[in-house]
Amino acid sequence: MTVVDEKGSYQGARREDALLRVTEVQKYFPITGGGVLKRKVGDVKAVENISFDIVPGETLGIVGESGCGKSTAGRTVMKLLDPTAGKIEFEGRDITNLSRKEMVPLRREMQMIFQDPYSSLNPRHTVGAIISAPFKVQGVKPARGVQAEVQDLMARVGLNPEHFNRYPNEFSGGQRQRIGIARAIALRPKLIVCDEPVSALDVSIQAQVVNLLEDLQDEFRLAYVFIAHDLSVVRHISDRIAVMYLGRIMEIADAERIYDGPLHPYTHALTSAVPLPDPNAERGRERILLRGDLPSPINPPSGCVFRTRCPKAQDLCAEEIPLLRELAPGHYGACHFPEEKHLI
Amino acid sequence: MTTTTVVPKSARAVRRIRRRAAVGRFWASFRRERGGIAGLVILAVFVLLALTAPLLFSADHLKVTEATGAVLAPPTSGFPLGTDESGRSVLALVVWGSRVSLLVGIAATVISMAIGTLVGIGSGHFGGGLGSVLERVTDWFLVIPFLPLAIALATVLGSSLLNVIVVIGVTSWPGTARLVRAQTLSVEARPYLERARVLGGGHWHQMSRHVLPNVMPLVLANTTLTVAIAILSETTLSFLGLGDPFRVSWGSMLDSAFSNGAISAGAWWYLLPPGLCVVAVVLAFTLVGRALENVLDPRER
Repeated sequence: MTVVDEKGSYQGARREDALLRVTEVQKYFPITGGGVLKRKVGDVKAVENISFDIVPGETLGIVGESGCGKSTAGRTVMKLLDPTAGKIEFEGRDITNLSRKEMVPLRREMQMIFQDPYSSLNPRHTVGAIISAPFKVQGVKPARGVQAEVQDLMARVGLNPEHFNRYPNEFSGGQRQRIGIARAIALRPKLIVCDEPVSALDVSIQAQVVNLLEDLQDEFRLAYVFIAHDLSVVRHISDRIAVMYLGRIMEIADAERIYDGPLHPYTHALTSAVPLPDPNAERGRERILLRGDLPSPINPPSGCVFRTRCPKAQDLCAEEIPLLRELAPGHYGACHFPEEKHLI
Repeated sequence: MTTTTVVPKSARAVRRIRRRAAVGRFWASFRRERGGIAGLVILAVFVLLALTAPLLFSADHLKVTEATGAVLAPPTSGFPLGTDESGRSVLALVVWGSRVSLLVGIAATVISMAIGTLVGIGSGHFGGGLGSVLERVTDWFLVIPFLPLAIALATVLGSSLLNVIVVIGVTSWPGTARLVRAQTLSVEARPYLERARVLGGGHWHQMSRHVLPNVMPLVLANTTLTVAIAILSETTLSFLGLGDPFRVSWGSMLDSAFSNGAISAGAWWYLLPPGLCVVAVVLAFTLVGRALENVLDPRER
């Protein structure tokens, strides 16, 4: 089922049990001229009309090049940034215009894991203080006391519970990310936005952290928004994947369909860049190279934003914005000329 | 992994050990700053003088009616630094004057630091309306010439030691506020503040748990420089007759030396000691402040 509103844009296949529903959310950052009056001279269109939903226990991967707005999308969904337009619903409740104070109780339900495990922990606080901060801030008093709870959490994420008195600089990158995870799950949230949670880690550590996230998901029925640029990591953890380009969702579908039958030329180009472990397959396959750079989000191309780098671009692409539509069952893409060989 | 069981120490014990180590590291790098050590020694001498003043010279030495020496007499064995226009010992006056100068300098600095830190963190943390109002207020205090403002305030409030402290305190904070604001902005940009916001931490949580501890070292380094300025200001105000008329300070000594014709009479012993003391203390505080800045500021290392 495709819902197309009067503006003609996609609203996603609405699932009634959605934990989080994002509808046509926009985030523009104003560019102001110099001087006292701060005259607005333009906008950085970081996120443009994105829509998706997540059900409990599901992982939505968001992939895209750096600068495509995926982190901004995650922060806007978390209400760390106020959306310029659109609607964000959490458990059926409209949270788009809630104030910072009104959001405080909701922070127990939705948490975030950050990219940089080094700078996201205050070097002046002990690990115990860092992990117990959620209890203090939210005024939650665990039955067995905060310290016992913190040590449980540390054990749960694979840290030595006896290390609660140490400082972040005494831990490795992977351990620090585990501290960040322990802190995020402390209040048993339902949704965690993971903003590039493993991209700052060694490959060997990445797998451990991803596996930990999966275990926690099974245990607590967590829903993840997993933002990353590493396609193989996203494929491993995601149920569904949204591909972003210049602030827009280009394609959204089940993870396997994105990899095995991409319909959007951009997705196709991205997946063709993932190395294959089999040398024969690697040699034989087609590789699509994208020329040029990401266009400026201040002044995006007319029509389809991808047309300037698209190998299949035609006149129509410059004139008309392709809408995100259901190209195959459960598979949405925003392209005038989707990859036909994958269309079923 | 080793299987040795580490007995977890209490959080307080760990913090104490780490704090002691941090102080040790700090002292090790401060010791390398020669100027800072020299300043520290000078300060120690003056603080000792100020604290032991009543033991060295009884308070009677300050009473005009109990003065025993000749008027404006040059140094003699009985009066090593000569006498003033009433026959009091200049040495006793200088020693007693150090109490007022140091007290005013330090107390005014405490006020100045408190206001500067609050306004600085506030204007850095709260973007938008409140932040820019605080910033404009800072600018306003920064561009108003210090002396006319201080003179006007001192005239309105009247002359007393407390008022001198207040006047200097409320006029000398904008520099600190600027500095703290800059540091606050840099701390605010760090991801752990975003993380605190994700947890639902309010403004108070963010400012007290994350911003303040990161701003404090800078404020401390700035304190010593502000003390120097506050002592100079006290001297200036007292010299202009706006200090406490019942207390002897270096500034009031210079004032009475000037108004009693010590300069034309060639009474250098009346002018030089308080002047040199002001220079020495201000220089000492500045030296210590610069050294602290070098030690605490990672860019200077």
